[in-house]
Amino acid sequence: MDFGETAVKASAFSYFRAATIDQALDAHARAGDDARFIAGGQSLVPALSLRLQAPRLLIDITHIAELRGVRREGACLRIGALTRHCEMLSEPLIAEFAPLLHAAAPFVAHPAIRNRGTFGGSVALADPASEFPAMTLALDAEIEIAGASGRRRVKADEFFFDLFETALQPGELITAIYVPLFKADQRFAFDELARRRGDYALVGCGMLATFTSDRIDDIRISFFSVGNRPMRAKAAEAALIGFGLDAEHIAAAQAALEDDLAPPENDEVPPAMRLHLARVLLGRLLGRLGEGA
Amino acid sequence: MRGFDETLLDEADETVRVRFVVNGRKVACEVAPRETLVDCLRDKLELTGTHAGCEMGACGACLVQIDGRAVHSCLMFAVQADGARIDTIEGLTESGAIADLQAEFHRRNALQCGFCTPGMLVNACELLSQVARPSREQIRDALSGNYCRCTGYEAIVDAIDAVAKARSAGGAR
Repeated sequence: MDFGETAVKASAFSYFRAATIDQALDAHARAGDDARFIAGGQSLVPALSLRLQAPRLLIDITHIAELRGVRREGACLRIGALTRHCEMLSEPLIAEFAPLLHAAAPFVAHPAIRNRGTFGGSVALADPASEFPAMTLALDAEIEIAGASGRRRVKADEFFFDLFETALQPGELITAIYVPLFKADQRFAFDELARRRGDYALVGCGMLATFTSDRIDDIRISFFSVGNRPMRAKAAEAALIGFGLDAEHIAAAQAALEDDLAPPENDEVPPAMRLHLARVLLGRLLGRLGEGA
Repeated sequence: MRGFDETLLDEADETVRVRFVVNGRKVACEVAPRETLVDCLRDKLELTGTHAGCEMGACGACLVQIDGRAVHSCLMFAVQADGARIDTIEGLTESGAIADLQAEFHRRNALQCGFCTPGMLVNACELLSQVARPSREQIRDALSGNYCRCTGYEAIVDAIDAVAKARSAGGAR
């Protein structure tokens, strides 16, 4: 098949549909790691079409039953890696026990993308402008990884290294993400600022806080589209813990963002503008949290 | 543990046989693994109602239904759809499932060149199957991944809005 010079078509690869995790890992190893796992493919297929990537082998993991399903496991919700973005909206267990993910899901791309894209795939790609990777930080989630040496679990805080760089080693696969169950004394908030709905956010933020009456006992604030990876706002968190959400402490948290975020140089959105937008968004979300959001 | 065929790695340029149910009919065809579903539908099955626009998931012209859900056929390789039920604009048209949407698009000039229209209709079909009476904002949000370079969208939103109202006034379809 001749696609010509200007067409946007993937280079040739072989395709293998794995039935089990072991089969998928085995195939990856046998291809000399010149392979890619494909699940929803909503980021990978464009990358292949644009020939940013050209693996010898594509390993389809979408038929592996073990990677599916959402269920309670002890104090956590186990969200299978193949859980599609649209299921974050439709699955009752997500709405009840991981409502921050439910709130973030409508902001993830467009409806047809959400019908295919998977939670595990989004976290594995670790696009710094994506909603879900950042939310695993706010949720203090754990990422379960399968590889040649067995299974391991990595805290979200220790998963995201740099631009598209994570704790995943070549040939490793995310199997599930474990999210602590949402509790009655917790509140959450999520929003993002984008030029158009469905576009990548200029700045986005999600947060999860534990309260005693109106005092914050603990809070985790996570931003996306602010740097090379999703980022916790630890200085802002520290400015809030032990206090109520009054104007003074919200302003202190906004001021502290300077220590948390270092937005990169960008022609369209200069760092100062992005930091400003992050402060605006933080103020709005903390305001909602104060109202019991 | 086993299941991986070593010779597979040498067969990247060879075709593999896939089977789908396309618009209610069982179909088998030979595809290269790198062939996208939209190319397979258009070139192999001659279902050219599905349009290939940006080929990177941005424009929405290539939307089809896979197992009843709208997806971009440019963001899938045909091999991934092996065993799936696929409904294209041709099938949705033949079944009459979107006849009211099509009539309303026509009546309100919700298309000019028509390139985006199949994707718009697949998207609208899914929206109305999930939300009986979407607000105009919900309609716009649902269409956010479908580009139209002719109409300015207003007539498209009008048409979908009108069909939603007519359907709910007429009871369950």
